[in-house]
Amino acid sequence: MITELSAGFLPLTDSAILIAAKELGFAEAEGIALNLVRETSWANVRDKLAVGQFEISHSLAPMPIAANLGLTPFDTRLIAPMALGLGGNAITVSTALLARMQDCGFSGLDAAAAGRALAEVVAAGKSRGDKPLQFGVVHPFSGHNFELRYWLSAAGISPDSDIEIVILPPSLMADALASGQIDGYCVGEPWNSIAVARGAGRIITTKSSIWASSPEKVLAVREDWAGENADTLHALLRALYRSAEWCGQPSNHSELASLLGSSAYLDQPAEFILPALDGSILGASVPSGGRDFFQPHARAATFPWQSHALWFYSQMVRCGYVDHSAANAETARQSYRPDIYRAVMTGLGAPVPSANSKVEGALTETIAVGVSSQFLYLGPDGFFDGAVFDPDRLDAYITSQNS
Amino acid sequence: MSETLPSVLIIDENATRASIIEAGLAAAGHSQVTVINEMRGIAAKIALHEPDVIVIDLENPNRDMLENIFQLSRAVKRPIAMFVDRSDTEAMQSAIDAGVSAYVVDGLRQERVKNILDMAISRFNAFSRLERELEAARGALEERKVIDQAKGLIMKSRGVDEDAAYKLLRKAAMNGNRKIVDVAESLVMSARLLGDEGK
Repeated sequence: MITELSAGFLPLTDSAILIAAKELGFAEAEGIALNLVRETSWANVRDKLAVGQFEISHSLAPMPIAANLGLTPFDTRLIAPMALGLGGNAITVSTALLARMQDCGFSGLDAAAAGRALAEVVAAGKSRGDKPLQFGVVHPFSGHNFELRYWLSAAGISPDSDIEIVILPPSLMADALASGQIDGYCVGEPWNSIAVARGAGRIITTKSSIWASSPEKVLAVREDWAGENADTLHALLRALYRSAEWCGQPSNHSELASLLGSSAYLDQPAEFILPALDGSILGASVPSGGRDFFQPHARAATFPWQSHALWFYSQMVRCGYVDHSAANAETARQSYRPDIYRAVMTGLGAPVPSANSKVEGALTETIAVGVSSQFLYLGPDGFFDGAVFDPDRLDAYITSQNS
Repeated sequence: MSETLPSVLIIDENATRASIIEAGLAAAGHSQVTVINEMRGIAAKIALHEPDVIVIDLENPNRDMLENIFQLSRAVKRPIAMFVDRSDTEAMQSAIDAGVSAYVVDGLRQERVKNILDMAISRFNAFSRLERELEAARGALEERKVIDQAKGLIMKSRGVDEDAAYKLLRKAAMNGNRKIVDVAESLVMSARLLGDEGK
């Protein structure tokens, strides 16, 4: 029997696991006909999940948390039983801003070096009385917004008063940069590579350098649907795991780039998509986060760590989107469901972390951890400024970032 | 009954579709209707008009930006997404099927918004239907035919001859940096929809 599932996605390289699951037959092998619907905004995804047109969707990692905390319209509860990969974003600035950063000695893709140079440029602009620089992100409840703000703050730049952050759809970012409407942005691929190819800007650092092994998109599932359709959900997760394995194989990268680039999906030349998949987007430099720019499979890339959910929550509190309370933190933690993931993947014989949370920033390099009979490689998972996020010490972390 | 009808802002990059909704609302007695086709400077425009209801097409990639503006504009009246009241799932479904979404100012009574949304939904549906028909016609008919129809409309409404009608069309196309056939098409489509007025 074939079950039909409708899923929304936005045309981004990190929708790879969903698209490959359909096109390479992984979904079909599990009895699922995936109907992938391309959307133009995250608001559309949210609305269609709410009215039941979608059971599941490609989702910004903080979105299920925001929904369950009541920060979005509609009371649709969402869960994230699987992540859709690690990394995949970058910060791109206009050629004009890059030149000013280079005058401060900046080169390469290191988040700390880029932050130092930008802080100098911002300080100089302030003393001249210049209008603040404008940076774009795609959504308030996005990894882009939180990592951009974290990076700026850690570099001594106030994301609220020294710089202006605006919301723009990904497809308009490169044009806005070229026309001088904005000075930089943090967005998922291929929208950085496209600006670079058009000569509108240059990548100055990456998500993987700001926070190594950090999640970007997750599979969002309506909680009520998940409860009533456990077998279908499990079959879907198996299909997506197989798909992630396939996407992670270097020998499949060029086929994957062509597939994603086709008119039904990203509708972009494959040469804009491949650099994120094979890591060549990083050029010759080796940023602190390692050679992985976007990792769909290895190092437990699809495991929904509750420490990731709690870090996003800590940043929502920091931005003033929500007040911190034990109940809210618990809602955020429970939005990610490693228990479901573990139950399904253990059945597949896949190596799965035995913990639900980890200390973010504990691993400075990739290490092998024993998981039953197999090895699982994890890390590095640190923040560029050396700070450590221990989910068991959430209160202290939240207090420290407000000071 | 003397309550004034809510003010409406229509955000649609498709100018033809926006104008048919505007015309429909005007016919229903809405005097405060504004249309925005261009997203640039949208925050300032919203602050200026302070609409009670905002209608936007679902294909517009700027919905996330727009919702963020609503979040930030605490000083002005704050619109919220339509159908926060989940009891109206059916209306929400039909709006999404039609490809339209709406935001209403917090506290505005649902029944005062219903007519506006119903109008938007039916006009969006009618527009999609006509678009499909035109798509089919495009294969069968020559572009010539659409242009001839448009010329006929102009001749009738302006009382000019065929040559002058064509020149007007060409001028409109050049000013808007569009193809003559596209201008003719919008004209034919609007005329057909507006022709249904008052029934």
